[in-house]
Amino acid sequence: MKFPMIFLALPLALTIGVLQAAAAEDAGQIKVSKGAVQIERSGERMPAPVGSVVRQGDLVITGADGSVGITFRDNSLLSVGPDSVLSIDRFVFDSTTHQGAFESSLKQGTLAVVSGKLAKQSPEAMKVRTPAAILGVRGTEFLVRTGSKD
Amino acid sequence: MALLALTGCATRNDFYVLLPGKGPSPGALTVTSGNETHTLDQPYAAARVSRPGSVSGEKTSEAEVRQTFGPALAAQPARPVSFYLYFLQDTDEFAPESKQVVSQLFAEIARRPAPEIVVIGHTDRVGSVPYNDTLSLRRAERVRDELVKLGVPRARISVAGRGEREPEVPTADEVAEPRNRRVEINVR
Repeated sequence: MKFPMIFLALPLALTIGVLQAAAAEDAGQIKVSKGAVQIERSGERMPAPVGSVVRQGDLVITGADGSVGITFRDNSLLSVGPDSVLSIDRFVFDSTTHQGAFESSLKQGTLAVVSGKLAKQSPEAMKVRTPAAILGVRGTEFLVRTGSKD
Repeated sequence: MALLALTGCATRNDFYVLLPGKGPSPGALTVTSGNETHTLDQPYAAARVSRPGSVSGEKTSEAEVRQTFGPALAAQPARPVSFYLYFLQDTDEFAPESKQVVSQLFAEIARRPAPEIVVIGHTDRVGSVPYNDTLSLRRAERVRDELVKLGVPRARISVAGRGEREPEVPTADEVAEPRNRRVEINVR
């Protein structure tokens, strides 16, 4: 396969942003990050700019002006609004069979979900929890808000 | 603030909404709290949980959704897009139209923040499932190597072999079908 040299210009465009190798334990990557966004991993908090990886066990935390969008390895898209806490409880994805599990918990705040290959393969694969409810997902886009009443 | 949410369970302000989505059907969402389950299967069908164990259904609107979920919706990542390369029969060569596909692919990669490229091999149904798993992965790895030569950083590319599980044209087993012998390049 021979293509014009013009494509060699691409690496320049790709050096913008954080370059991180995709590792097996990575569940997803942050594609949108606005305002205060942090990842808490093993008790330590770190800022979460575009390009940061998200792993099973991570907490994704946004401040009053924060919002964040994450694309997972099965192409699920999760985005959270301000003052939110999202826990990535379990992420397992077999890229050959599309089997696995994606369980997350919105502890507080707002969440928008576009389900991906896991939910398409098996209706049981994706679960989203809140402190008061558990959601079952059959190939769909949906929104979640949770919090105690003021 | 997580602590607050965990301890303040007595009175909830929880709201769940099924969106129309981009597919032919909106799919479905079940909301279960305690012993109660409510199924949302129409666009903008919504459920409210005001205390644990109590789920009530209602209908919401795009305008109401924008008000409550505006920032979360605005932060949605761009949807992944797929490009397809086809193989000439019985050769290692790609079909001629593939060159144009590659230029579209590179434009898509350049446009995205922190782009990732997943190269996914697919086969037709000639041969066994394990054989086709191996063949599809090998095709994907070859395309990955070509992309690396063209300047895409290797660390941004992952490969997968879907074997014969996801035919573009459904066929009976052992049917040769060129349109199913393809490599999908998913950009996200």
